Amino acid sequence: MVRAERLGAGWLAVGVVAVLVAVVAGVAAGPVSLAPLDVARELLDRLPFVDLRSGLNERQAAIVWDLRLPRVVLGLLVGAMLAVTGSSYQGVFRNPLADPYLLGVAAGAGFGATLAIVSGAGTDVGFVEPLPLAAFAGALAAVALTYLLGAAGDRFRSPAALILAGVAVASFLTALQTYVQQRESDTLRDVYAWLLGRLSTAHWDEVRLLLPYAVITAVALLAHCRSLDVLSVGDEEAAALGMHPKRTRLVVVIVASLGAAAAVAVSGLIIFVGIIVPHTIRLVAGTSYRVILPLSLLLGGAFLTLVDLLARTVVAPAELPLGVVTAFFGAPFFAVVLRTSRRATA
Amino acid sequence: MPKRILALSLVPVALLALAACGDDDDDGDSAAQGTTTTAAAEGLPERIVSLSPTATEMLFAIDAGDQVVAVDDQSNYPEEAPRTDLSGFEPNVEAIVAEDPDLVVLSEDTGDVVAGLEAADVGALLLPAATTLDDSYDQIEKLGDVTGHADEAADVVQGMQDDIEEITSSLPEREGEAPTYYHELDQTLYTATSSTFIGQVYDLVGLENIADAADDGSGYPQLSAEHIIDQDPDLIFLADTKCCGQTAETVAARPGWAEVTAVRQDHVVELDDDIASRWGPRVVDLLRTVADEVARVPA
Repeated sequence: MVRAERLGAGWLAVGVVAVLVAVVAGVAAGPVSLAPLDVARELLDRLPFVDLRSGLNERQAAIVWDLRLPRVVLGLLVGAMLAVTGSSYQGVFRNPLADPYLLGVAAGAGFGATLAIVSGAGTDVGFVEPLPLAAFAGALAAVALTYLLGAAGDRFRSPAALILAGVAVASFLTALQTYVQQRESDTLRDVYAWLLGRLSTAHWDEVRLLLPYAVITAVALLAHCRSLDVLSVGDEEAAALGMHPKRTRLVVVIVASLGAAAAVAVSGLIIFVGIIVPHTIRLVAGTSYRVILPLSLLLGGAFLTLVDLLARTVVAPAELPLGVVTAFFGAPFFAVVLRTSRRATA
Repeated sequence: MPKRILALSLVPVALLALAACGDDDDDGDSAAQGTTTTAAAEGLPERIVSLSPTATEMLFAIDAGDQVVAVDDQSNYPEEAPRTDLSGFEPNVEAIVAEDPDLVVLSEDTGDVVAGLEAADVGALLLPAATTLDDSYDQIEKLGDVTGHADEAADVVQGMQDDIEEITSSLPEREGEAPTYYHELDQTLYTATSSTFIGQVYDLVGLENIADAADDGSGYPQLSAEHIIDQDPDLIFLADTKCCGQTAETVAARPGWAEVTAVRQDHVVELDDDIASRWGPRVVDLLRTVADEVARVPA
């Protein structure tokens, strides 16, 4: 049974506060210690009609504006995208293990990025960085291939057929990517630097690239909360209620893939966020997609921003790979949530 | 060295590095890591296969090039080295044995290739990445002994030592604080600390490394951009010009980097990745490039 739940004001407040905490902490703290008040003054100074002297020198101002702020903003966007697309996939495929990289998004992006690096296109300093675009194109091509294959293999386009097609496409593209990478071992370093998930080289360019897709994806997915709730009871039941399960699934898959592809294009692979955040929300806040999707956006963004803060401060001035930190803190946290909520419902 | 970087970039290994944080005795044994020889054939080797670009440079420098029949795909110096498709990253015993070698020189025992060669009755000489200049001299002398070019090897080592002495002694006297530098291994800001082989080269000309505070025991930490900009290095050396297409222009275009002293005063040096990642005789060329740039920094 679907519990017809709405997002209560309490949980909405939790989500908004989490985002605010993440932003303030992310901008105020970092490997270089700057006085939080100076940082605040520096930020306010840029507002129109505000003239404050921050006491930061040019390099410190650059740290705040060109390094910390874009990294925090990108963390919010990428985390929000990964969590919201993860929960949508889980709903649309009725598979709790579905993640944003299902259907070949990651493998396609990796192959696209590798081709761009090997062909030398990744090194241009142009108006648009070709590397994320190639990754984005690769990710979308992979999803399209998966969908064609899944549709061809199964007249009824069941969720299982699509997931299996995704596995096949991902394996094939990963094989191609590894082959190209081995053939051109001069570029190995560059390829690995890209493949690993990171926000460490985040700049406003990446934010600009991701933002439009993030907005489209967020709005379109939020518009489908109710449909996802209905779909979760099963295709036949949904059809009986006057819905078009296949059409709905197609729209959600396309929109979610667009968001996931854009996120992977700017940040590489950051695993775990797309699974852990939605399931934590299911366990503590509610199982209706009208609760899960908006909270995924807020808490996913806050989670990744805070985790990235740890990645850049724990061993400062060195950095930890983001994926290590998401799993290191995410897995035990999730285990605790899983245990306590089981007890509560038992 | 590039392979170490690569290994470092792999998440599971990075996890290990995380676990090894605060451990400072682990580089001790890599300094002592010697050379390993197995099943050397009798007499002098006539058909050497080198899977290590550094060993290839050393072999040709000591006039043992005539005995070399095949080198790996990364051994691009000197030009006359017989380059093949053989890979030092993914060594294939069958492909190596097909060259009918009597000695195989490698820098890493990837996938137990040494055991595989042993089984095929081929001698293997493992010359791992040097951690000091003395390691490097030892390896050249070892290759001299093994190939019957001990005198030439001694000359090469002597020549390197003389050149290094000449370069370092010709540097102008500098008062006040030593200039600082950042050595970039890739554009995700992996770097080398002063405890590494390359770091010691910079030590020779009196430069101070900005990454030492970040050393995780590996000597190759990934720095945060904030730290680099805050440390404001006087010099930036790019060892990622070939692999990753970085140049003085791309560095200057990075958000926030324009204010860094090295960028403002035009001290971003584009190194040859290969020379900067090998520990052969051309380390002298690297030192000269670095010293020339240091001389341009106002005291």
